[in-house]
Amino acid sequence: MGTVNPVNEKWAAAERAELEERVLELRGVGKDFQVRGRTATALDGVDMKVSRGEFVCVVGASGSGKSTLLSLVAGLDKPSRGEIVLDGTPVTGPSPDRGLVFQSASLYPWRTVERNVAFGLELLKLSKAERTRRVDWYLAETGLSGLRRSLPGQLSGGQRQRAAIARALVCEPEVLLLDEPFGALDVQTKEDMQLLIRQIWQDTGTTVLMVTHDVDEAVFLAQRVVVLACDPGRVASELAVPLPAERDLAIKRTPAFLRLRAELEDQVRAQHYGGLAADERSVPSNTGGKS
Amino acid sequence: MSGVAGSKSHPGRLAADPGSASAARSERQSWPELPRRGVARPHSALTSIRTPLSRGTRWALMVLSLLLPFVVWGVLTAAEVVTPRVLPPLPATLAAGWDMAVSGELFTDLWASTERVLYGFGLGLVVAVPLGILMGAFRAGEALFEPVFAMLRYLPAPAFIPVFLVWFGIDEAPKIALVFVGTVFFNTLMTADVVRAVPRELINVSYTLGARRGEVLRKVIVPHSLPGIIDTIRVNIAVAWALLVIAEVVSSTTGLGRSIMQAQRFQRIDEMFALLLVIGVIGVVMDVTLRLLRARVGRWAQ
Repeated sequence: MGTVNPVNEKWAAAERAELEERVLELRGVGKDFQVRGRTATALDGVDMKVSRGEFVCVVGASGSGKSTLLSLVAGLDKPSRGEIVLDGTPVTGPSPDRGLVFQSASLYPWRTVERNVAFGLELLKLSKAERTRRVDWYLAETGLSGLRRSLPGQLSGGQRQRAAIARALVCEPEVLLLDEPFGALDVQTKEDMQLLIRQIWQDTGTTVLMVTHDVDEAVFLAQRVVVLACDPGRVASELAVPLPAERDLAIKRTPAFLRLRAELEDQVRAQHYGGLAADERSVPSNTGGKS
Repeated sequence: MSGVAGSKSHPGRLAADPGSASAARSERQSWPELPRRGVARPHSALTSIRTPLSRGTRWALMVLSLLLPFVVWGVLTAAEVVTPRVLPPLPATLAAGWDMAVSGELFTDLWASTERVLYGFGLGLVVAVPLGILMGAFRAGEALFEPVFAMLRYLPAPAFIPVFLVWFGIDEAPKIALVFVGTVFFNTLMTADVVRAVPRELINVSYTLGARRGEVLRKVIVPHSLPGIIDTIRVNIAVAWALLVIAEVVSSTTGLGRSIMQAQRFQRIDEMFALLLVIGVIGVVMDVTLRLLRARVGRWAQ
């Protein structure tokens, strides 16, 4: 896709342009955890580049370190190896330039929807008028204007996720990090949210890095999908999604979508059980014969 | 590995050993039939677990709960099962209480006791709440204070009365100190537990929104913990009252506890019961007040 062969003179310029376009870069990122005195490697040698304005999904089976990857990018955890670079500066900790949304809406339960969304702006000591203007825009964008005075406890799952997304976006992040944001929603709400996040992405031009285990969702949303392998988590393959920019739910039934979806499904399945082929898998019974 | 994707089988027994299929099936068929239980007979709302009651039933039961001791009291005295020297009749008790109220000594005692509880318990909160937040939010605070507090908590506070009499004399100080010592460790440890219950994700997300450590404490941990801290206060202030009455019984010239002792000396059982009634009413008033406060502050947590 974006790779340019270094054979012609345009290379240098193209490379420069690509560098400028690149907002997030992971170089040889690895993460170890200490589990009962033993070292477990969650991620190893992850290289990844995300361009400005790009929508990238990361898929992988459970245990592939998807969420670990995202919390490293968010700066909530430090990589054991390698480095993460945002706009040319190494990531050293969490910051609103990498807004994060978790699967379970982590809204402040004592704050109304509008005060949840305003949290980041309150910290910036913006004037009330400026704050209200920005909060209002994102409440309207996420369809929460009518629920601004509701408490999170009074909202549905989808509404909570919308509030969490608005709260991250109001800080105008360089990259919006989504950690299985629709994983706990029912199918219909999930589709609404997929359409919404596409719309927001187009309206704001924000770069989005989203972790999901839902292959269908990844193909529908992303321009590019990165597949992670397990044990240790690492990049297994990548899939470009050359679907049109304007996507509605009907596209999920087109041959082009289904083909991409099938291809991605194959890539993810191939990584299930840590990438072992079917006959290499360890089986619980040691007496069982193999076919 | 190619072509694996479409042809993978499920991870169960037969996938591991396809030859075991018929053996497994016949083994299952050799089992005796599993016994079945009949459907349980239904219970009424009053007797089934966690079933909501109608409003009327609920209120009736709550009123009954408060009336019951008085009914038993009234029946016992009216039927003259016990002599008035053991259990004074309710009207006599109320009359004694009225006399004490009119003479003003009831309010002097009430205020003396309340003041001691407020000082001792309030001082305890000033120490316990910040320390509890420190212990709940910082692993270092937990490691430093938890062991010593967990131990000190088990020292029975009334055992300190003689020590405090030696240290602080017989004035207000030993009573306030007793209430303080008897509640500060519980308040601290319970506050720490409340703070530890703040979800990790809420703290993390605050950092990604740009909050600094102090802002996370002030704007996330404290508001999230507030309803729980009020609950802690509600539970422990009852302990504070109990300790105070003990302190006043041992040594005091004022207070509800001392007046009960005084009444005993003068064989005024009606006054003793009137004072017990007052202490009971104070308890209910404090409990209801703190419940209302909790409901207001923790509207989001219900």
